[in-house]
Amino acid sequence: MKIHEYQAKNILSNYNVPIQDGYILEKIEEASELINKVKKDFDSEAVVVKAQIHAGGRGQGGGVKYCVNKEKAMEACNDILGMNLVTHQTGPKGQLVKKIYITQAFDIAKEFYLGITMDRTTGKDVFMVSTEGGMEIEEVAKDTPEKIIKVWIDPLEGLRSFQLTKLARGLNLTGDQYRQSIEIIKNMYKCFKEKDISLLEINPLIESDEGKIIAVDAKMNFDSNALFKHKDIISMRDTDEEEASEYEASKFGLSYIKLDGNVGCMVNGAGLAMATMDIIKINGGDPANFLDVGGAASAETVKSGFKIILKDKNVKSILINIFGGIVRCDRVAEGVVQAVKELSLSVPVVVRLEGTNSELAKKIISDSGLEILPADSMLDAAIKVVSASKN
Amino acid sequence: MSILVNKNSKVLVQGITGTEGIFHTNQMVEYGTNVVAGVTPGKGGETATDHKIPVFNSVEEARNKKGANTSIIFVPPRFAAEAIIESIYAEIEVIICISEGIPINDMLVVKKILDQSNSRLIGPNCPGVITVDEAKIGIMPGFICKKGNIGVVSKSGTLTYEAIDQLVKNGLGQTTAIGIGGDPIIGTNMKTILELFENDPDTHGIVMIGEIGGLMEVEAAQWAKDNVSKPIVGFIAGQTAPPGKRMGHAGAIVSGGNDTAEAKMEALKDCGISVCKSVSDIGETMKNLLK
Repeated sequence: MKIHEYQAKNILSNYNVPIQDGYILEKIEEASELINKVKKDFDSEAVVVKAQIHAGGRGQGGGVKYCVNKEKAMEACNDILGMNLVTHQTGPKGQLVKKIYITQAFDIAKEFYLGITMDRTTGKDVFMVSTEGGMEIEEVAKDTPEKIIKVWIDPLEGLRSFQLTKLARGLNLTGDQYRQSIEIIKNMYKCFKEKDISLLEINPLIESDEGKIIAVDAKMNFDSNALFKHKDIISMRDTDEEEASEYEASKFGLSYIKLDGNVGCMVNGAGLAMATMDIIKINGGDPANFLDVGGAASAETVKSGFKIILKDKNVKSILINIFGGIVRCDRVAEGVVQAVKELSLSVPVVVRLEGTNSELAKKIISDSGLEILPADSMLDAAIKVVSASKN
Repeated sequence: MSILVNKNSKVLVQGITGTEGIFHTNQMVEYGTNVVAGVTPGKGGETATDHKIPVFNSVEEARNKKGANTSIIFVPPRFAAEAIIESIYAEIEVIICISEGIPINDMLVVKKILDQSNSRLIGPNCPGVITVDEAKIGIMPGFICKKGNIGVVSKSGTLTYEAIDQLVKNGLGQTTAIGIGGDPIIGTNMKTILELFENDPDTHGIVMIGEIGGLMEVEAAQWAKDNVSKPIVGFIAGQTAPPGKRMGHAGAIVSGGNDTAEAKMEALKDCGISVCKSVSDIGETMKNLLK
């Protein structure tokens, strides 16, 4: 699960990480008052106006503006609130900006990068810092990997003191600034573990011209398997940032991802679902979605799956690929027939059912009198569904 | 011969009194698996399932009284890490964790404790292990398998069934089939399974099925290049997956650029593995390799 910058910074602030502070604006009428409040409460003549969307690259897309005075700030609020912000991460469709964050501004002397994530190769958390803050860390990693200092943290031992000092020294700070960075690194790691974060980045962490070390932007992704421990985090979920159909599917326990093609597919199991999308593509079609109805598919999940797929108006044909396993295929077939009838489906459906009672399942499908084509194998199913999508 | 589990495996089921535990224990026993005990804390002394399996309060007790050496875990995700660690402490040799949705921080601790032990963990979030006609320790449909000489290893459940089905349709049976799980942190990686298959005289060919995300398949292939003498057929699911989107499994997300399906398929080919572009070619490719 992802959250907004202002939410991530509030969490960090609770862990005593100094942040560039501000207030959230949702209604443009309140802009004037809120700008005054930011200027007064944080003693800052200039302010920064920042679009709050989950995608990165907001600056390049015109979603972040440094405003020297109130007039400029009003202008920025008008421009950004309600805009459709397109960045390299939103895709060409962009994302509607419903909230903006008006913050204090700093004169920046230096910018740093700090990040923690889990490294699956070593089975440890990796803490990374760099003096090349403010830019895409992927670029730094590619061009000048020696500028990223990394330590791998043992899950039972935690962050050791020598690792802490190695990271802080990696920022090339001295004296008071070095001491400030030690506290920030320590607290950041504590926050990362206690909140079950899967990715925590402060980029940039800055040194202001007054010598203060401050988190100016922050990103947090959470381990969805651990959310049951964190009601406070769950309440920060912003469903406006999620594809509506994907959110809808998650309520039925289905894993759905919308794509741009026109062949809908419904499969049990994530690996088989991906392989089904692949074989559709190989045979000249274009998958409209990823949809995993779970290893143990039932008539009920098949019906919910249909509803989700049919919300996508691009869909011209649907492939159902169920490897029944322990689930009886005849039951799934009955579910398919019933759902097609109830939902009065207008697009052709190709069904491939393998596993227990698959012969009986085929009979149920062909006896139904509905426009459902049985298929014998994944290849057969892919060819049939692609051909149906083109008619 | 086979790998990991066989007719001599003495199996205990952690979470035997839950819905999943009961259902799959019945299925496993009907397949011929030697299930000797169940564990549910607080229900020691009872019996469970159609087969009246004795239930104990702890893994240690089940091992001491029934000689269990293999465990399968069906407990809810928030308690699953502790269940794995309990089995490690009880020196269970092979631990198979079916539970899905274990927090990553819990798994990091499990992995650390596991690495310092002699236990082997398969999973979590996996369909388990089946040695054909000997033992099914998992949730896969046993009837689709046929005894033979191919080893199957996969990150995914139903895709494993698909591969098995194709092998059977091409006249090829299996020794052992293993789903190692699709989470970012798992107990046993693909390389280890390839090593076990290489050392199993009854296994003549190996099917390895991976997916986008991480570099485990590539590491296994690089090792296999110099160390595996048997033919390997490879498949990577997710050629059409968009970057940055998690495709069902927690581990199935393209992050770098070298963990896309294309990049991994190329890397596997470079290591001498026969890579299928289409999933429907797995069975036939293996058949041709063994000619």
